[in-house]
Amino acid sequence: MSVVFYLLAALTVAGGLAAMLLKNTVHCALALTVAFAGLALLFLNLDAQFAGFAQILVYIGAVAILVVFAILLTRGSETPKDGVFSRTWLTGLAIAAAVFAVLGWAVIGSARVLPHETAVPAVTVQQIGVALVGRYVLPLEIVGVLLTAALIGAVIVAMHEKVEHEKEEQK
Amino acid sequence: MTPLAGYLLVAALLFSIGLAGALTRRNAILVLIGIELMLNAANLNLIAFWRYGPHPEALTGMMFAIFSIAVAAAEAAVGLGLVIQIHRHAHTTDLDAMNRMKG
Repeated sequence: MSVVFYLLAALTVAGGLAAMLLKNTVHCALALTVAFAGLALLFLNLDAQFAGFAQILVYIGAVAILVVFAILLTRGSETPKDGVFSRTWLTGLAIAAAVFAVLGWAVIGSARVLPHETAVPAVTVQQIGVALVGRYVLPLEIVGVLLTAALIGAVIVAMHEKVEHEKEEQK
Repeated sequence: MTPLAGYLLVAALLFSIGLAGALTRRNAILVLIGIELMLNAANLNLIAFWRYGPHPEALTGMMFAIFSIAVAAAEAAVGLGLVIQIHRHAHTTDLDAMNRMKG
């Protein structure tokens, strides 16, 4: 375990914790970006350059911006008066703690038999591209269809209200 | 502790943080953020197993993670579109206030 891993892990976990604990929603989105960046650096630390850069492009470049836009459009940056946590927060926290306990117990219990290959995998982007259009071509096509459907679906869901307004004006 | 166990523990911690946020926050956008954190924790597991498992040249874990990133992006777009639509309709993103299914 290198120092770099501990630093990146601390950065990622701190970003995630801040994203879930801060009161101001815009600050939460910024903390989420820190967590995404930490994860991308962890991917790079794991010699997965392609996944790391895809993480930066997709999550920091697209998802974080989308979240900020959604916060602006819903005026979510105003802190509610009756607290940011739900009434049943204790139950949720207990469930999350139980899940972490089970996962941690399973990981630590099986730490001896976990695989440990020391050789750094030499995977080029060319190999990933060949695999994407070769062995994994069917999932690639399905993801293409899914992204198209999500694009059309998101636009239709977000533009629905305008039609109703026009109908009301016509009445 | 082997490096793989360390990565798995970090992923488990991140997953639990995301789960706790998704279950306890009132703002619908922050619930979506929690779900994104959980998906990212799963991706970290996939990449860690790809790196330290046998046969990394088969690219199985890497492909899983790439497809998972694509699906998560689609999920975020549709989810945030739904939140914006609900805000237009109900003028709130507070999940505790959304307690009826009738529009």
